[in-house]
Amino acid sequence: MSETARVKPEKIRCDACPVMCFIAEGKAGACDRYANHAGELVRLDPLTVIERGAPAVAFLDQGENAQDWDGDILQGKRTFVTAVGAGTTYPDYKPAPFIVSQEVDGADMVTVVTEGIYSYCGVKVKIDTDRFIGHERAVVRVKGEAIGHVMTSEYGSKMLSLGGVEHLTGSTKAEGRVTCDALMNLCNREAVTLQVDDGAEIVVQAGQAPIINDVREKLMRVGCGSAAIGMFAKQWEPHVDEVIVVDDHITGVLTEHEAGKQLDMRPSGIKIQGRRSTPGRYFQVAEPGTGWGGTDVEDPLTILKPADAKKAWVGLRLLMVSTTGEQWAYYELDEDLVPQPAEISEALRISADRIAENCEPSLCSVLFMGGAGGSLRAGVTENPVRLTRSVKDALTYVSCGGAEAYVWPGGGITVMVDVMEMPTNSFGYVPTPALVAPIEFTLRREDYSALGGHMEHIQEVASVLTPEVRKVKPVATQPDPHQAHRSKREGRG
Amino acid sequence: MQVQRALISGNRLHLQHGPIDLVIGVDRAREAAFDAAEARLNTVLSELMCEISLLRQCDGPAPKGAIARKMWNAAQAHEGFVTPMAGVAGAVAETVLDAVLSVSDLRRAYVNNGGDIALYLRSDATFDVAMAGTDGAALGKITLDVHSKVRGIATSGQGGRSLSFGIADSVTVLAETASAADVAATLIASAVDLVDHPQIARVPAQTVCDDTDLGQRRVVVGVGDLSAQDIDRALQNGEQCARNMQRQGLIRSASLHLRGQSRQVDLNSEKVLEHA
Repeated sequence: MSETARVKPEKIRCDACPVMCFIAEGKAGACDRYANHAGELVRLDPLTVIERGAPAVAFLDQGENAQDWDGDILQGKRTFVTAVGAGTTYPDYKPAPFIVSQEVDGADMVTVVTEGIYSYCGVKVKIDTDRFIGHERAVVRVKGEAIGHVMTSEYGSKMLSLGGVEHLTGSTKAEGRVTCDALMNLCNREAVTLQVDDGAEIVVQAGQAPIINDVREKLMRVGCGSAAIGMFAKQWEPHVDEVIVVDDHITGVLTEHEAGKQLDMRPSGIKIQGRRSTPGRYFQVAEPGTGWGGTDVEDPLTILKPADAKKAWVGLRLLMVSTTGEQWAYYELDEDLVPQPAEISEALRISADRIAENCEPSLCSVLFMGGAGGSLRAGVTENPVRLTRSVKDALTYVSCGGAEAYVWPGGGITVMVDVMEMPTNSFGYVPTPALVAPIEFTLRREDYSALGGHMEHIQEVASVLTPEVRKVKPVATQPDPHQAHRSKREGRG
Repeated sequence: MQVQRALISGNRLHLQHGPIDLVIGVDRAREAAFDAAEARLNTVLSELMCEISLLRQCDGPAPKGAIARKMWNAAQAHEGFVTPMAGVAGAVAETVLDAVLSVSDLRRAYVNNGGDIALYLRSDATFDVAMAGTDGAALGKITLDVHSKVRGIATSGQGGRSLSFGIADSVTVLAETASAADVAATLIASAVDLVDHPQIARVPAQTVCDDTDLGQRRVVVGVGDLSAQDIDRALQNGEQCARNMQRQGLIRSASLHLRGQSRQVDLNSEKVLEHA
């Protein structure tokens, strides 16, 4: 093994038991209970975390495991203690292995399974682009491993669903590891390169523009081709005879479109490829791609058919433009009614620019989604279902790293949260593999008591505010969980 | 840090000390039995640590401690590379079971050390063993009675905490002692393997764990897609190893599992009640 220039941090000696493990930075001892975290010996099991949903953390209210359930139940203080912390930074945390020995139908289970854990968590990614990234249901890969798929597109955006139990633990170890790694990086707002089967390579980073096949996306389309026609018809009409807005979804043709007819525009006789949906609106003028308006078009003339000689005329002014206004070209018809590049008038150029002005910047949004499973809830109360009911009754406010979580209707506590609203590096992982994410339940002390909370373990904020505690500024868009909880409570019938 | 003690569902004892997790069940005289178990576990780690370097050696001299000697004997019975550490969990289970039996007159008792089990049966007592896959799915159930010579059950494989040379999801072995079962399960799980298969990632053991007894030998860290034939071939390799051990009287039976396929070695003689 070669020694690199990087200085390796020192190992520490664990004195928790006679084994006296020598533990390297970032690793756990033989027991998996103690680890070396940046030179500090830390205990791993008492964590205030969600483990992609299910029974994750050894949070049984037993012996010294109970100590870390703290900040989530504080009332009336200005400091809100998030769950980000112990649980999220120890890369080698593994649950204790004794879960294996549970009595099942009177039989003592023999199994090598040290973690009877199921993971339910993932991210939903919204990518503001019209470019073709891959077909719906196409597999999304990182380093060749499947980590999710392309799901139903939204207006102006492509959507990905990544992670989830099938990829984390339902397939090969390599797939699980790669998935976990990708989810954690996405949630921690880092850039991750994704390959879509029969589609594009995309670099996704929360809060940043996507990079699709090495091209950084700038703008989100103003609308589909037909919508763009409707929006800008009036501005175009005085300066041009025909406008074609190229769009993979619906390409618009101005004079044939209802908007053009209303303006009494003369039919131009310009004909295009594709399947006509309704007058002036065409599907599938080209293949999906990363060219004009989400098609594979690089030269817009390729989507034109020969003009109708009965209607078209020499000198006809034709503007072709993409749905984001980023690409445009101006032509005039020659004697043979063939479009020839020509110089665009100032007024018309401004109208093309206006499309771009009306487009919003293209971004990637990453929403973490996970379910708080049985044992996580058991860490909160002796009667877990009461916590679920309490959340549904809005007695309890759920946040992730202090950011408000959307709690899905129906059973369980399935939450969704924008990672941009959370503190940076809120997420960690366990080798199961599973993601570790913070979650906090905020409620009144008496409500907490009423639902069977671990009252004896409540600590004062001051006692957890040690100098090592990381302090972050509140996010402007997020309510103070204490306030939010109060208003929610008072607002309830 | 002393031994941690807790009752599980009222009638079983969970003891934890360092890396050791024991679940202990007895049919009567619980208090005395559990106290004896705790007292015995108290010194187990110190006893092992004073000879740890010997225990990490293959073919080293015999150690002195009683537990270390069980481990060493179990390992010496096999050819090829194996250190006494391969039998540590089973040997600890046996040792604590002996302590329990020394204070109470029991019909049935067991010490389960993270899946490696030492058991005691007398008169008409029986012991049901359910095997579970890493996904929790039931793999089958075995009932042992006093006529069976099996007093040790061990499981090894990729789902476990230890490093492995092989790719088995799990291998469960029934043998006359827990330490014998433990070493055998480790070796059979290592034998469930495909040499130089591109889908199997390996790294030197020391890069994964500093204190390993496996040194620079390459251990499996990831297994990709395997064809049905690959799985069959890997299990075949493991089965051959298990049958060899069985012929030498080192094990009674074994059950090998990989990606939904499985092989049984003489498990029928131990009354397999069901197979998933």
